Amino acid sequence: MSNNQLDGAQALIKTLDDLGIEYIFGYSGGAAIPIFDALVTVKSNIKFVLARHEQGCCHMADGYARATGKPAVVLVTSGPGAGNTITGIMTAQMDSVPMIIICGQQVTWMLGKDAFQEADIFGITIPVVKHNYLIKETNSIPRVIREAHHIATTGRPGPVLVDVPKDISSGDFTGDMDPELDLPGYKPETAHTVDPDKIDEALQLIHKAKRPLVLAGHGIMISGADAELMELAETLRCPVTSTLLGKGVFPEEHELSLGMLGMHGTAYANKAICDCDLLINIGSRFDDRIIGQADKFCKDAKIIHIDIDPSEMNKMVRPDIEIVGDAKTTLKEVNKRISVLDTEPWLSKIDGWRKKYPLSYRKQGGLRMQQVIDELYQVAGGDAIVSTDVGQHQMWAAQFYKTNASWKWLSSGGAGTMGFGFPAAIGAAFACPDQTVISISGDGGFQMTLFELATVALHKLPVKIVVLNNHYLGMVRQWQELFFDDRESGVDLEGNPDFCKLAAAYGIPSFNIKRPADVRRQLEKAFEITDGPVLIHAECVKTDNVFPMIPAGAALEDMLTEPPKGKLAKPTGST
Amino acid sequence: MTIVTTDTPPETSSEDHSSPPIHTLSVFVNNKAGVLMRICQVFARRGYNIDSLVVSRGRDKHFSRMTIGISGDPDGLEQIILQVTKLIDVIHCVEHTSSDSVNKELLLVKFLVDKKDRTEALQIIDHYGGKTVDLTPTSMIAMLNGDTTKIDAALTMFSQFEVIETVRTGKVVMARGELAT
Repeated sequence: MSNNQLDGAQALIKTLDDLGIEYIFGYSGGAAIPIFDALVTVKSNIKFVLARHEQGCCHMADGYARATGKPAVVLVTSGPGAGNTITGIMTAQMDSVPMIIICGQQVTWMLGKDAFQEADIFGITIPVVKHNYLIKETNSIPRVIREAHHIATTGRPGPVLVDVPKDISSGDFTGDMDPELDLPGYKPETAHTVDPDKIDEALQLIHKAKRPLVLAGHGIMISGADAELMELAETLRCPVTSTLLGKGVFPEEHELSLGMLGMHGTAYANKAICDCDLLINIGSRFDDRIIGQADKFCKDAKIIHIDIDPSEMNKMVRPDIEIVGDAKTTLKEVNKRISVLDTEPWLSKIDGWRKKYPLSYRKQGGLRMQQVIDELYQVAGGDAIVSTDVGQHQMWAAQFYKTNASWKWLSSGGAGTMGFGFPAAIGAAFACPDQTVISISGDGGFQMTLFELATVALHKLPVKIVVLNNHYLGMVRQWQELFFDDRESGVDLEGNPDFCKLAAAYGIPSFNIKRPADVRRQLEKAFEITDGPVLIHAECVKTDNVFPMIPAGAALEDMLTEPPKGKLAKPTGST
Repeated sequence: MTIVTTDTPPETSSEDHSSPPIHTLSVFVNNKAGVLMRICQVFARRGYNIDSLVVSRGRDKHFSRMTIGISGDPDGLEQIILQVTKLIDVIHCVEHTSSDSVNKELLLVKFLVDKKDRTEALQIIDHYGGKTVDLTPTSMIAMLNGDTTKIDAALTMFSQFEVIETVRTGKVVMARGELAT
């Protein structure tokens, strides 16, 4: 089809509409004006949301994708506009979240000449995207946008950036609106053919196991293999622990669930990892937060690693059996031939750990973040969408907010991006207007992106904005207490605003929680407000620590389940 | 006329036995701007140094062939090949050894030589199957090709003259027999 009436920007918006894009989160600017104009001149089903900062745009698109599995589009201008997206793009890339970022750019003949608001965003973003483009021909716009969408959403998903110079977006479009994709080096469909010999080998190991354990990652969610995982676990009577991003792929209230493992995972999950004789990793990349000291990780157990990304094999851990493939396809094959295992002794051993090392917190001596989160869970339930920021509250939320389904837990894992949680919750609220959306942040991270209070208020999104305020960058303070002789440095957030007054300035009602006894009543009152956002501010104990804890780089056996008596050596591992 | 060059060998022995082995990768890629940048970033991030690099257009102009010599930890190589292969613009990436492939590089060497030594210089060039491609009363440029060991050996012989510059193309490889490179 050729259409002489369109310009490049109009062809771009039409292509996004054809692809079923529902939301564009954006921020305008000079080089992007033709594209913003096309949002007005092209009739489409796309809804545009003007955020208050480009980082906010990215996290909103990210939250939208984590709540739906579908990509949203970020539309920004050149130079600083594009530059402000980097953290958001990196966050999506680290957690395999689909996203399409479209940047305006200076005109092509000015590129590389330090023109106004010119940045080489193509070069800058190469390390933080799944793929990127700098469009040089107006007629290639539909193909590039379709390729970007295809790459972002297939295989292991990720962000794809498209840089569109202003002369390209305003040039006449005379091309094909539905061209063939030209991606000879990209074959995600191969993940749907799994080597049957590998399945045989895996089944042999599985049926020999006495103490099997499934490590369930984000890949299960992306692949839609939740039901297959349930069948595998229930048939084998095999316990399941999940990664931070895998929260929800297996209901955390299920009797076989051990909750999250790793640095701040449950003690029983970590003990099970140390004691299992077979670890079946499905769709997790063996992040350093999970494995601790790599050469001691599961050293007496057999390991099966199922992942769609071949380059994850042998990266952190050498598995006994590598299966490169889509989780759902692979589990369907495995499930055809599994039979029940006698795991009762193993399950009762794990139950012993559950009783000995339960997740717990004190209700005396001030208000604890754990209590607010625990009661939030009781008020909102396991079906709410929970978006967290990064830090102590994130780990407590992972521990105490049980996630019972996929696409309900939004948290920046790989990148650990402070400022992620609140805008991501906004994106999720746009995506899922019928669901309860809770944003849980600390006072540090919330202040990094609180400018999006304007967006949430303007659109009357019923987000429950929870700010757990300990006036500290608590996780760093915890490390300084444990490993640096309690020398506090750069962690005291004196000068925090009155968050309730701040909410009022945006016309957002708020509730303040000061005492443990107030939590339930205030939360219930806040949850009665459903026609717009509400801010819940909790004044929490200043110096609390997250346990269990495996110091970075230490073996899982060296987990601390309570505050240590003596001084600890500085961690040898990653941050 | 003064000849200024910074392309002089270090004073210590060029034989450094502690240096890691060089691996030769053949990478077949889309012929597009920025592809080399993507590949280089993967190597640099993982601490591999690119020792030689040859890029040229494929028979089909939509593709390019890169032959990359890299040095770094051999244990991580298998994984880094997968990371390069994962790039959208990479069609395939294969490691080649000297037993499964033909390895060649081309050397241009410029040295000062006058009437007195010219005959000997020509004999050395002839021995290595090379050619004289530039000749002046005081200097000469020789061109020769072969595998890296042969080029290194020839350079040792040329060092008896005053070598001004050397330019090596870097290694190109092709898989032996009917196998694809």
